[in-house]
Formats: sequence, structure tokens, C-alpha cells
Amino acid sequence: MPRRASFGWPAVAEAPSAVVVGASAGGVHALGTLLAGMSPSICCPLIVVCHTGSEDVEMLRDVLALKSALPVQEAQERHMPRPGIAHLAPAGYHLLMEVDGCFALSVDDRVCYSRPAIDVLFESAAAVHHARLIAVVLTGANHDGAAGLKTIRRAGGLAIVQSPADAIAAAMPEAAIRIAGADHILPLAGIAPLLNSLCLP
Amino acid sequence: MSQPVQRADPEDIEAELFVRALQQRHGYDFSGYAPASLKRRLQSVVQSGGYENLSALIGRVLRDDALVPQIVAGLSVPVSEMFRNPSVFAVLRQEVFPILASYPRINIWQAGCAHGEEVYSLAILLEEAGLYERSQIYATDFSDAALARAQEGIFPIKEARVYSENYQAAGGQRSLADYYHARYERIKLDDKLKRHIHFANHNLTADGVFCEAHLILCRNVLIYFNNQLQNQVLGLFRDSLVRGGFLCLGNRESLDFAPAAAAFTAIDAKARVFRLASRG
Repeated sequence: MPRRASFGWPAVAEAPSAVVVGASAGGVHALGTLLAGMSPSICCPLIVVCHTGSEDVEMLRDVLALKSALPVQEAQERHMPRPGIAHLAPAGYHLLMEVDGCFALSVDDRVCYSRPAIDVLFESAAAVHHARLIAVVLTGANHDGAAGLKTIRRAGGLAIVQSPADAIAAAMPEAAIRIAGADHILPLAGIAPLLNSLCLP
Repeated sequence: MSQPVQRADPEDIEAELFVRALQQRHGYDFSGYAPASLKRRLQSVVQSGGYENLSALIGRVLRDDALVPQIVAGLSVPVSEMFRNPSVFAVLRQEVFPILASYPRINIWQAGCAHGEEVYSLAILLEEAGLYERSQIYATDFSDAALARAQEGIFPIKEARVYSENYQAAGGQRSLADYYHARYERIKLDDKLKRHIHFANHNLTADGVFCEAHLILCRNVLIYFNNQLQNQVLGLFRDSLVRGGFLCLGNRESLDFAPAAAAFTAIDAKARVFRLASRG
């Protein structure tokens, strides 16, 4: 019986089933650039945690929607993410992926002083999507996302990290590279083209 | 050619066994909890207790009854803040209170009260609306540890600034400091606020209707339940409300997969305030 190796699916993985993205300080600008470069025909959903500190994610959604090539929506609990849509974590809640692939929310304690936390999304997504998951860590001034990225890589997922030198705040991509390592370290401008090539049907 | 078989993660198996152990041995049923958050909370119980893994905790939980309250507290409703999402409290004050004012007695149920942040918030707003003397608030939780904390009404002083800002934004008429005494690193809410609050143990997953409520507050509790349990508890709320009674849920809760939600009409969809249209 063929079986999955402990580190994940074989490298000849099927098409990715989700892309998860984490951004913090400088994230609005970076996400704008990333989403502007995405192809609307990608085969999977994009799920984004961005620390904003604001009580509402609507402003972020509207700002990103102006630039994004993908429709930008707030992730709704219990709903399934949809291919070709950028789903944003609501403000004040952790966003998780449930075992059936749907979104779940929690108001559990902050992680890395943040709620939503990138680590919470990443770790829950790794348990669902395994090697069919792609994770992107962008600019930020803390270390959120690093532990989650490590879990994703252990489950066989692919890690893309913005080059620290290219990031408005280098700490978060640096922590990700130091703690989890990365499959690709790229300037912001190179990330959307790579995602498109990995995610086009 | 056969597909690779995806085998269950050891932690998922452990979580299932833990849920079964707690249910069969102690009667707490977490089988209707949404797995992703439950798994995180179990991990944090394991870490904070210094256990090697969840399997080690299962062994203990089967034999050591004294551990259970602490575990239940670790898996229960997380701490909130006073007047969290002030706009929701403003909606309650402006849209719901005027209708509650038409009843000679007002019964309010806060389900999942955690450490009591929201139940005291409600008491303050009722007091300022002149409704508190004829109100009875039932504040319930399934964690005795949480109920004990809630009854104390003591919160860290570092939270006081946020609580005060929230209170003002909710349309509070005085200064929040009028309702508490600060000492050392903590604030203690005025004991008088408790005079119409009844704290009681109630488990939403197992216990039934216990009052006829005019308003039920249950914010950010159902998000931890799977669709089936969410629907079951919404049915319990429906059966506990008077005709025309109100239900207030958390700001981002979705009722799209709960048939029991059909009994409710949104009066403020953004604030997640609903009204029971008719008895189902």
C-alpha cells in the first residue's frame, strides 16, 4: 500500500489546494503589490492574515480591492474558501482552517501579541492541506508566522519568504528564514509570478 | 494506480481519544466542538501542565478526578473584555432596551460568561437605563473555575483604560471608574452590580431550558462548536426566549448552516442582534 512519508506527500505533489499569506508592518503595501500581480485564474484560494490593529478589516479590504487582481473578501466562518478569491482574516479573531476545509474563528489568547495571528492560520492550514499548501511570509516587525511556517514545511508544504532586504520591516521574514527555512526567498516583485506559475491550472 | 493513502495524524487520534475519555469518565462532552480550535486548546493544556503529550494527559485524566476542573477551565470560553465591540452594546442600549422596558420583569441570560466582563457591562448599562431594578441576569458557564472568577468581579488594572474607552464608545453616561475601586494592580467592580446577577453552572452541550428569557447574550461561544452543535444550541436559545425575545451573538458569527436560525430575524445584522419571530 502506498503511504505518505512522515515529512509529507511525495515531491510530485498535486496542484496546490491553498495559499496562505502572512503580513504585518508594511503589509498593506506589500499585499497590494502581491495581489495586483496575481492571476485571477489561479486554481486555489488565497488566505491572508494581516496585522492592522484596527477594529475592522473593512478598510484593509477596500484598500486592497483597489489594487488586487483577485476579488478581496473577508473570510466568513463555516464557509469554504473559494479558488481565485483573496480571503482576509477578520479583525479581532484568529482565522483557522477546519479539518473539512472550511474557515473557523476563535477569540483565544493572542499569539505573538496578535489576533489574528499568522501562526494560528498556518498551523491549522498545515493540518488540512499538508503538502498541497503554499505559505508566504511578507514584511513585518515581529516573529509571527515563523513557527507556523515550520509546521507547514514539516507537513511537506512549500515556503516562500520575502527577502528581508526587500521588506519594509525585515524582522518577520528574517525570523521565518531562521526558524523555518524557506524554499524560495524572493523580492516582493517576484512572489506573485512564482505563485501564478505554481497555481495555474 | 492507487492514490497515496492519507493516514490520520497522531495528534488527531489523541484528540479523539481524549474527548472520549473526558466524556465517558467525567461526562463533559466536547465531541461537538470544532476540531481546529479544540486541538490548539488541548495543545496549550498539555504545554501548561508540563505533559509530554496528549496521551500522557489521557492517562492522568482517567484516574485523577482532581485534574478535571483545571482541564475544563482550559477548554472553556476565553476571557473577553468589558464592553467588547462597544457598538454592539450601543445597539442593545438604543434598540433593545426600549422594548425590554415594556416588560414588568426582565430576564436576561448570558450564556458562556467566562470571567464576567460582559455580564457586568450589561448590568451597568441596565442600571443607567433605569431598568436594572426589575432585571434578573443569569450568567452561566460550564466551568466552575470561571464562575468563581466572574463572581469576584476583579480584573487587571492594565485593562481599565480599554474598558473605559469601550464604555464611553458604548454610550456610557458616567465614568467607568464610578463602578470600580482600584487597588494595587487590580480593579474590583462594585458589589452592588451583582445584586441582580445569578451565577450558575450550565453546560450548553448538555443542559436544557431553565428560564424564559427576554434577551440572550452568547457572544463568540458558538464559534467553537461544529455546525450540528451550533444548530442544537440555537434551538435551545429559541426555546428559552419569549416570543419577540432578543438574541445577541458575536460580531462575525455565521448562521448560514443552522436551520434553527430560521426562527430569528436580524434587527441589526452588523451587531448580530436577532429577534425571535415566533415560537418554533
